[in-house]
Amino acid sequence: MQVPVQVYVRRMGFSAIAAILGVVFALPLIWFISAPFNARAELGLAIPQAFSISNFSAVFQNTFAMRALLNSLIQAFGGVILVGVSATLAAYALSRSSIPGKSAVTYILLLFSSVVSGSAAMVPIFLIISAAGLINTHLAVILVFAGGLLPTAMFILRDFIDAIPRSYEESAMVAGASPLQAFFDVALPVIRPGIVVVVVWAFVNIWGSFLIPFILLRSDNLMPASVAIYSFYSEAGTPVVTLLAAYSLIYSLPVIALYLFVNWKFGFRFFGGIKS
Amino acid sequence: MASVEFQNVSKSFGTFNAVPDISFNIADGEFVCLLGPSGCGKTTSLRMIAGLETPTSGKVLIGGKDVTNLHPKDRQISMVFQDYALYPHMNLADNIAYPLKVRGKGEAERHARAKEVADVLKIGDLLKRLPSQISGGQQQRTSLARALVYPSQVYLFDEPLSNLDAKLRLEARGFLNHLQRDIGMTAVYVTHDQAEAMALATRVAVMDKGRIAQFAPPLEIYRRPATTFVANFVGNPPMNLISIRVEVAENKLQVHADGIKVEGLTVYSHIAEAAKAKAMTLGVRPEHLRIAHTGDINVISGTLFANENMGPESLVTIERPDGNRVTARIFTDDVIKTGDIVEFSFDEQHITLFDSTGLRVPALGEID
Repeated sequence: MQVPVQVYVRRMGFSAIAAILGVVFALPLIWFISAPFNARAELGLAIPQAFSISNFSAVFQNTFAMRALLNSLIQAFGGVILVGVSATLAAYALSRSSIPGKSAVTYILLLFSSVVSGSAAMVPIFLIISAAGLINTHLAVILVFAGGLLPTAMFILRDFIDAIPRSYEESAMVAGASPLQAFFDVALPVIRPGIVVVVVWAFVNIWGSFLIPFILLRSDNLMPASVAIYSFYSEAGTPVVTLLAAYSLIYSLPVIALYLFVNWKFGFRFFGGIKS
Repeated sequence: MASVEFQNVSKSFGTFNAVPDISFNIADGEFVCLLGPSGCGKTTSLRMIAGLETPTSGKVLIGGKDVTNLHPKDRQISMVFQDYALYPHMNLADNIAYPLKVRGKGEAERHARAKEVADVLKIGDLLKRLPSQISGGQQQRTSLARALVYPSQVYLFDEPLSNLDAKLRLEARGFLNHLQRDIGMTAVYVTHDQAEAMALATRVAVMDKGRIAQFAPPLEIYRRPATTFVANFVGNPPMNLISIRVEVAENKLQVHADGIKVEGLTVYSHIAEAAKAKAMTLGVRPEHLRIAHTGDINVISGTLFANENMGPESLVTIERPDGNRVTARIFTDDVIKTGDIVEFSFDEQHITLFDSTGLRVPALGEID
């Protein structure tokens, strides 16, 4: 079949534009992966003269930054567990019970959730946490994140649970299971893919957030990595590119690892139940 | 096995009154079908037996014991759901054995028993599969196996065959019938398919708008439908219903309606006086109509509307002058041409009469 010249030109044009766009997106990633191993890395992309891990050894000697990674893990895990457990229980109750006005509850919470973790509410949040005597504790960070993330998490999970037929739990109860057994044996495993989505989403949110821990924490040995990353800036405010690059790579690894683990173990699914 | 009793049970959902007031008694070992159109309250009634809904008022008894407020787990019942409700994360063996698991049985015993039941249902070699890896018919049998794996007082079925294709449905229906003969279970079976109800039940409760219109053995329902609703719901195609006016002459009932010639019904002579000049409904089943021959006494005529060939029989529908349609199951090869005037004839003893409120009028022979 004869392909008209016009079609050739159009295809070549499309490929060229796609390639340029691809390069634009790929360059920062290549820098992100190559710069940490370049002892003389700058903001420009350069092929390393010699492969070096000297940046990493420098970063590892920065105890503040290393301690911060651990703090990030504590805060992220704490927040994720609190959000995951509470959102599952709340969403299950909202989905299965016949409380009047339950969808209004979800939507109002969702509306206000953006306020809780938003910068506009920072002063009241600081005052509340301060009055509760929780300033400068991991718990303060975990609680504020949970407050901000829970409504959205509940909303996602409720949608997920609504799509799962009630007959699963009903058949379990008719078969002799208590409501608690029906929940743990039947409902929870079916909801699990939804919980996984919420957990990853909450983890990424907490891991990357700067403002909340920066405001609520005082002492250096509680700061998370998102704050500690600024220790690789000089007094004058210019970044030490080599160390910053190495630390950034380390900082991003847990999120990548979590994603790979979840994808391997559960797979990402946004629907529940099985349709016959 | 145990009996099931409803005492003045009602159930409302908000302002919607799903079941206004219903009482019945199902004896030990009976297979009862709750039959009716969607929204008639049959599934709600079943769920009240299971304990998945709590009655607004009234009492539910299983085996003579008041279970109205008992949790489903404490009722010793089994239920097969319309969507089968197989747990997607468990293989068939674990699905079938789940009721044994919550009863604290050990794994070896559970799997042995699951295998036993699965073998009877011919899914014994699928036990390692997940529900998503088997066919619809196999899923249906798995959910049945889960219901049969432990001894129950009552077996509940919520339209268990409605998601199967026609051929599998017949097969499963036959199996359920066999099972009932085999173990004599007390069963309550919800369906909107009258053929299923007729084939399976020892007694059928025909439900209409939350009330029981008739509760009787299938043949009784078929032969003596209590109301025009039952007559119109049971039978495939259902009973033909024709509005008539009756008059009395020579102590016999004279039927008046366009396109109908009836020579005087002697079997209803006892109501002749009371029924004088009243509007009534005449019912006659399609299988009791035949193509009329000269000399036939009771005749319905109309223009041919449809002629559907079903293999062994044809469904011939005619339209009477007032627009009312009458269908006959014709078992002969009589050739009928479109546009023809067609005449059906029938015997007097096959007529069912309903009064103006839709209740059946007993024929002479039924009254002692």
